[in-house]
Amino acid sequence: MHPAPSVIVFTTLSGLGFGLLMFLGLGFPAVTGWVAFVFFAIAYALAVGGLMASTFHLGHPERAMKAFTQWRSSWLSREGWCAVIALLVMAPYGAGLVFLGETYTALGLIGALFSLLTVFTTSMIYTQLKTIPRWNMKLTPAMFLSFSIAGGALLAGQVNAAMILLAIAALVQLAYWKQGDEAFANSGTDMGTATGLGSRGTVRAFEPPHTGTNYLLREFVHVVGRKHAAKLRVISFVLAFVLPILILLISPHHFGALIAVLSHLAGIATSRWLFFAQAEHVVGLYYGKR
Amino acid sequence: MTQLPQSTDRKMGLVIDLDTCVGCHACVISCKGWNTENYGAPLSDQDAYGSDPSGTFLNRVHSFEVQPEQGHAQLIHFPKSCLHCEDAPCVTVCPTGASYKRVEDGIVLVNESDCIGCGLCAWSCPYGARELDATEGVMKKCTLCVDRIYNENLEEVDRVPSCVRTCPAGARHFGDLGDPNSDVSKLVEERGGMDLMPEQGTKPVNKYLPPRPKDTIEEQIDILAPLLAPVAEEPQGFMGWLDKALDKLPGGNA
Repeated sequence: MHPAPSVIVFTTLSGLGFGLLMFLGLGFPAVTGWVAFVFFAIAYALAVGGLMASTFHLGHPERAMKAFTQWRSSWLSREGWCAVIALLVMAPYGAGLVFLGETYTALGLIGALFSLLTVFTTSMIYTQLKTIPRWNMKLTPAMFLSFSIAGGALLAGQVNAAMILLAIAALVQLAYWKQGDEAFANSGTDMGTATGLGSRGTVRAFEPPHTGTNYLLREFVHVVGRKHAAKLRVISFVLAFVLPILILLISPHHFGALIAVLSHLAGIATSRWLFFAQAEHVVGLYYGKR
Repeated sequence: MTQLPQSTDRKMGLVIDLDTCVGCHACVISCKGWNTENYGAPLSDQDAYGSDPSGTFLNRVHSFEVQPEQGHAQLIHFPKSCLHCEDAPCVTVCPTGASYKRVEDGIVLVNESDCIGCGLCAWSCPYGARELDATEGVMKKCTLCVDRIYNENLEEVDRVPSCVRTCPAGARHFGDLGDPNSDVSKLVEERGGMDLMPEQGTKPVNKYLPPRPKDTIEEQIDILAPLLAPVAEEPQGFMGWLDKALDKLPGGNA
């Protein structure tokens, strides 16, 4: 799959933002006044900034409101609803903490739930696609959720929880890579089933339909950069999990935490780039490519 | 509405004969020609006369080589367009309801004025049947020439999809695959029509007819020899009478 920067920025930032919102909604840290304002400002900037970025890849962003209509069937529509509900519910909850010093616990809990649901619905947009076996796995939502919760804990300054949650996210990441590498072969789809000619012999793509490229190849058959995948996995794993955990162990203070957050963000963005770049769409089979 | 209908009254679709297709790409051109100037936004090209041309097509012809365990490899031309699936994943993923399947004939269409161009339907299609138009920013796909098949301004013979009307080899057939007595259903039955990627669970309406078994070449040095034998050794009829009459003339018989 083509790793569109808008979608990588969106899923990385909003995942982190909604993770932080979830912790704020649950009352961790229990802050009020200006400190609460800063926390909520960061969470909203990440969540809303990510959502804005996601509209950049639309052909007609001016019609984006129509995407709220099909929540019965479409995960993309459900994601829109969950995000808007989470942001709307967390606003009065945050305002209570910042301006009144009041904690509306019920609002916080609902906001936390919808923050988590937003991340889950985002992950289901990818998970539902049978056409991309590497995404069509139960580990995909597990990965999105564990990343978001661990990142949220890190941003919320929950040092002990963050270390444990980062370790869990790291394990999920490893499991995702392992299972993902076998997913295409296990999907049962190959050039034989794609053409229906598999029972007759070995099928080979002889001539593509056209000499140039097309939308399908640009969008779904991204082979450039996959050759560095192994190195990028190491880089992303160290930045997203190993370094932040070490920093939290050694220096769990403001400056250390800032470095840990930036390192985590860079690592998750790299992992997300790989999530797209390594994903192989079955349509590539018609072109003899993966 | 992006929920799929429980069932459709008819299942209009194509039957594509991989035995007969000669890979001429006439269907590709006629499809582009008809659909760029009729239903919906035109099918744009980018850098059409430059060094890196590309464009939107609703129908493309691939060519595959099949190498059996024994014998010669076979070249198979493979036209591919929307299969108008019964369980079309492209319909249910659509967040706006732009993508829909019609109850009356099962045709999968895009309401372009509702399409936000998110591309998710193209991601969900295993067949590569949908292409986002680079100029218009909306999703394009085969409409089964919905503006031809019911169009009473056209001659009856033309009320079929453009690709079917054009195919010089007769490799494309159009009809109701939900009716077991239709010509296309009988053809599918007779020739063992197949689904593409059945494991994806899309239940495609369009069917592909597999290539027929090829003749085996027998032990013969020159396969044209039988054709080179004299066709008529003794003239018959008027020519025979003329031949004999001329023979009887003096100095005739050589």
